Amino acid sequence: MTPLTPPAISLRSATKRFATRSGAPFTAITDVTLDVAAGEFVTIVGPTGCGKSTTLSLVSGLEPASAGTVEVHGRPVTAIPEGIGYMFQTDAVLPWKNVLDNVALGLRYHKVAKAEAHAKARDWIQRVGLGGFEDRYPHQLSGGMRKRVAMAQSLIGEPSILLLDEPFGALDVQTREHMQDELLELWSGTGAAVVFITHDLTEAISLADRVVVMTAGPGTVKDAVQIELPRPRKVEEIRLTPEFTEIYRNVWNSLREEVEITRARGAANVA
Amino acid sequence: MSHDLLVAGEVRPMDPETARTRRSLGRVRGKNRSAWVVYAVRALLVVAWLASWEIAARTIIDPFFYSKPSAIWDKLVVWFEDGTSHGSIWSNMAVTLEEAVLGFLIGTLAGVVLGVILGRSRFLADVLAPFIKGANAIPRIVLASLFVIWFGLGMSSKVATAFVLVFFAVFFNAFQGAREVDKVLVDNARILGASRWDLMRTIVLPSATSWILASMHVAFGFALIGAVVGEVVGADKGMGLLINQAQGNFDAAGIYAGMVVVTVLALVAEWLITRLENRLTAWRPPSGSQAAGI
Repeated sequence: MTPLTPPAISLRSATKRFATRSGAPFTAITDVTLDVAAGEFVTIVGPTGCGKSTTLSLVSGLEPASAGTVEVHGRPVTAIPEGIGYMFQTDAVLPWKNVLDNVALGLRYHKVAKAEAHAKARDWIQRVGLGGFEDRYPHQLSGGMRKRVAMAQSLIGEPSILLLDEPFGALDVQTREHMQDELLELWSGTGAAVVFITHDLTEAISLADRVVVMTAGPGTVKDAVQIELPRPRKVEEIRLTPEFTEIYRNVWNSLREEVEITRARGAANVA
Repeated sequence: MSHDLLVAGEVRPMDPETARTRRSLGRVRGKNRSAWVVYAVRALLVVAWLASWEIAARTIIDPFFYSKPSAIWDKLVVWFEDGTSHGSIWSNMAVTLEEAVLGFLIGTLAGVVLGVILGRSRFLADVLAPFIKGANAIPRIVLASLFVIWFGLGMSSKVATAFVLVFFAVFFNAFQGAREVDKVLVDNARILGASRWDLMRTIVLPSATSWILASMHVAFGFALIGAVVGEVVGADKGMGLLINQAQGNFDAAGIYAGMVVVTVLALVAEWLITRLENRLTAWRPPSGSQAAGI
């Protein structure tokens, strides 16, 4: 990485504190340092409440960092940077717009003419496999189909940085694996930097070039494991290989400690 | 804290779950006894009620005070065939309706605009909360007297009365609706490049729509009450004036007849609002709007 081409995402000692109701500051993440190169697929795993989502909100510019620096394409993040796509954990499609208008939403915000936006949206609806559903409203779709709408909505702007916050968490296993494959297919060749948050270690490893393990909250980067599995990948098949099992064991060893710390805290709170 | 002060007068939109339950209850009933039985029993109830009133008025109770259905009917026939003491019944209905509709439109517009602005601006809401709570606590119907002094016996004093009643009903719901916008939807729109105005137009207003529409059912009733009360206080035309005059003449049948006419107006308006609601909420699962009219 030469200074001339800065990483797509660069966090330096990023820290985020929130004011709680009682007034005492709550530290969500502390001292997070992480670079993501253009075209790299990074997944972040970590125990519940370790600040994974907070990390994404700093990169996206939705929240400012309390300390440290956050840069996107070498420029400090002060507002929402251009070229960001973000898929949220919960449904973010507009229930009062049909599939076509939902997918075209970002283009319409960017003042693209309606006809052109709709033409492009139709194309993306085909690409995520929802052809024929253009006029449906979200409540008429299944959970997996709504995720496809959200995916098309995020990708239609051809983002150079794609942030995904447990996007497939609420889906059943078959649908999830199918969506993972489709995501890889849509991403391949775009050159977009991807940060994908998940609880599911199998998902993290099968998708990523690099798995980042975060500590129990306040979260920081504990470990990063390079995943040397060949692409293109088929997620159902890759997880059966011995290499996969080996990587899984490594990452899990690193993650287990943190999960146990979090569990112990949870138990203490219950008691 | 003051944020929470503002939620006092809201009318909650029916959540889809409740609505669905109600509907399925309706469906079960419809399956067991076909719909016409329900209508027949309803008709029977009305007939029984009117007949017992009529008979009682002819035997034990004094029809001078309590009137009787046949007298009310006669009064209505006179009003519709020969006209009233203040011109034709239609022109009186038109005046009352015009006042109510104007008050309703202006009140709804003001309520929505101010409710949405305050719902999205914590600072403004904090500053204005005590004033709005205070204004809401005023027995606003009494303002009708003041408005007659200010604006005279014409239409504007009734529009003003309808306005103050409608405004608060709509305001509290628009405020609550604008506050309850899903944060993920707002964040998603911001990421997709929405400007402040885009956010208002495409996220906040549609989100608040079901809240606003829920309040509009109540609000039109209020608008009609405002117009009629305003006319009772002082007017040169309208249903309230007819009712007031009937009262002055100890004409109980006239008061009832006025009530019947106003009730019919309210029911027609309610039907129109339900149709509007169904159109504006076509994106929703087919339940919410159906039961709201009950």
